[in-house]
Amino acid sequence: MLNALKARFRQGYRTGRFPDGEPELPDRFRGRPELAAPRGPAGCSRCVELCPTGAVNRSGNELSIDTGRCLFCNACAEACPAGAIQFSREYRMSTFHRDRLVADGSPFELEKQQNRELLRCCRNSLKIRQVSAGGCGACELDFNVLNTLAWDMGRFGIQVVASPRHADCLLITGPVTANMRLALEKTYAALPRPAWVIACGCCAISGGLYADSPETAAGVEELLHPDLYVPGCPPHPTTLLDGLLRLMGRR
Amino acid sequence: MADRFLTLVNAGAAPLAELPELSFEEFRSALLGRSAAGDRLSAFFALPEPGTGFRLVAVLADDATGKIRLCSARTGFRYNSLTPECAAFHWFEREIAEQYGIVPEGHPWLKPIRFHRSRTPGVDAWGRSPGEILPGVADYFRPEGAAVHEVAVGPVHAGVIEPGHFRFQCFGEKVCSLEISLGYQHRGIETLLENGPDRRTMHYFETAAGDSSIAEAVAGAGILEAFLPELSPSPDALRIRGIALELERVANHVGDLGALAGDVAFLPTAAFCGRIRGEYLNMTAEICGNRFGRGLTVPGGVRYAIDEKRAARLCERLDRVEPDLDDALELLFDSPSVLDRFENTGMIASADAEKIGMVGVAARACSLTCDIRHNHPGGIYAEVPPPERALETAGDTLARAKVRRTEVKASCGWIRKQLETAPDNPGCPEPLPARLPADSIAVSLTEAWRGELCHVAITGPDGRFRRYKIVDPSFHNWFGLALALRGEQISNFPICNKSFNLSYCGHDL
Repeated sequence: MLNALKARFRQGYRTGRFPDGEPELPDRFRGRPELAAPRGPAGCSRCVELCPTGAVNRSGNELSIDTGRCLFCNACAEACPAGAIQFSREYRMSTFHRDRLVADGSPFELEKQQNRELLRCCRNSLKIRQVSAGGCGACELDFNVLNTLAWDMGRFGIQVVASPRHADCLLITGPVTANMRLALEKTYAALPRPAWVIACGCCAISGGLYADSPETAAGVEELLHPDLYVPGCPPHPTTLLDGLLRLMGRR
Repeated sequence: MADRFLTLVNAGAAPLAELPELSFEEFRSALLGRSAAGDRLSAFFALPEPGTGFRLVAVLADDATGKIRLCSARTGFRYNSLTPECAAFHWFEREIAEQYGIVPEGHPWLKPIRFHRSRTPGVDAWGRSPGEILPGVADYFRPEGAAVHEVAVGPVHAGVIEPGHFRFQCFGEKVCSLEISLGYQHRGIETLLENGPDRRTMHYFETAAGDSSIAEAVAGAGILEAFLPELSPSPDALRIRGIALELERVANHVGDLGALAGDVAFLPTAAFCGRIRGEYLNMTAEICGNRFGRGLTVPGGVRYAIDEKRAARLCERLDRVEPDLDDALELLFDSPSVLDRFENTGMIASADAEKIGMVGVAARACSLTCDIRHNHPGGIYAEVPPPERALETAGDTLARAKVRRTEVKASCGWIRKQLETAPDNPGCPEPLPARLPADSIAVSLTEAWRGELCHVAITGPDGRFRRYKIVDPSFHNWFGLALALRGEQISNFPICNKSFNLSYCGHDL
């Protein structure tokens, strides 16, 4: 017992500064892509050809990256002869609407929660039931991390609950495999209403790499309408926590 | 004997024509003979031969000599099961039956493992129509009698965890039998990899099992480099891969030790390790920008260098975390109440572990010496001595925890040593050619943090993947978890489960 107290004393207070201070991100972190004005030469489509998930689109001088499909692998940025694509350090990437995930060079506005009912129910307390529906485990792990003392999401009233009956929302990871479809539908049906849905990670948003697989759906939208989209493969814990706080209307 | 097998070393390739095609009886006796002589079954799968049925291909790993032996035989839709004589085949034979509708006659418990349609149109090993295939719907062992009851949990579990279905047959609190039914995470990765390599290939590897992204990418890159020797990575690139692999191991082991502490309600270590695990993930992100090492490994090398400054930063981080980790682990292993819960819980006899072909941490906790880094060293481990091999003899939860503790220490020391001179010149990998050598086979083994990860690829006449086989360590070990529960209290399931911490998606693919 004494040793445990000594260890606790030595280790000190270790919860990160976020969200009051800026998060610590590695210098090679790849956040929301930024598109610069000089495009590659006309007809060049290296970025489009290299993208593993069809996230990059180019028609004429119009260039866009759908962060709901993007794996943030940097292949397009490395390949662009004009340096038109750069992954910025902007970790705040979550949106309430699918179309706002598309980066096309216009300024990205952070959304504020306007849904009155959601604000009334969840501003101070968000109970989450997580369902992994074909996730590779990475999204699940980096969601779990928010429960550790390093992030301590409990201080915002965010809590993972075991029973869907106790949950305000579902946080879904994975492209939704055929074998998890029924379990996901049943879990959603067991949530009391009103109920909200979070699509966490590229697979859940768009199917990602698995969008064309005959064994999976192309993401959550085939079944349910998400109220929060959190891009990334997997989303960095800061991206996810920022998204959850935005959903609750606390950021 | 020699000509019955194609002999390779780790990350080796050969023309498919050199893979011996034996008569089935010869194939069967050759495999049983080598298994009895100590070879482990690393992979066993079917290769469709257009118009003429199938070819069964087996990959055996000889840990004593570092040789990898391959052989094959033709089969139709039925063959004489090898499982009754060698239990390590049981899960593989179920997989083959499910994938192609090929029935191993005499298999003691032939059930689907992933619940998907057969890849041979109209042929299902159980005679089901596609509409009848539902996850978890199969026969289960069922003891009869008063006071016997069944506990079924999953696929959706109470925590943040992947889906799986567990059926316990209990007599009071005692578990007579546990059956684990998986497949909920099945995304069809092996099929999606066919006709590759292409722009998606490395990403499929990295997401096959997300917590083992680095090991999967290294194993897959190993296949491409075996096919194309001109892609051979530079010494610095190999060193960076090694550092990333060991960071992945440390992060996961630390997380598991914390989770084990949490499951016996020992909160100090649970809390400390939860944070410390993140420190190691952040070190991986320091190297490549992603906490899981995504995008680091490319065929022929790595994408990111570790210059002197970065190496110094990594060492500084390792130094900063080490005393915290020592604290956390000392507390855990010094607490009699914790040790009492771990000791003799979820015991597996060494002979059983060997018989069913267990690998990795769980096998080393039963005194089996299998560790690819030592027995089939590839990449950096062929150049410099790998981290110390951790062995325990008891085969219980405590032994599995101790193996992790030893490996964490060994890997941290090893990483530091590799960082003494900064691997700052990994070189610029060549772009991947559009074609691989035609009609060839390659095998690549990697010691992922859970254990042996095996990739096998066969190319067609067009130089593209005709068949890609991934055998995740969990594929070997799920049955081990079921065995560990026999005779155990059902309340001990969580710590037994955590002490294995197997992958659902790595198994389901």
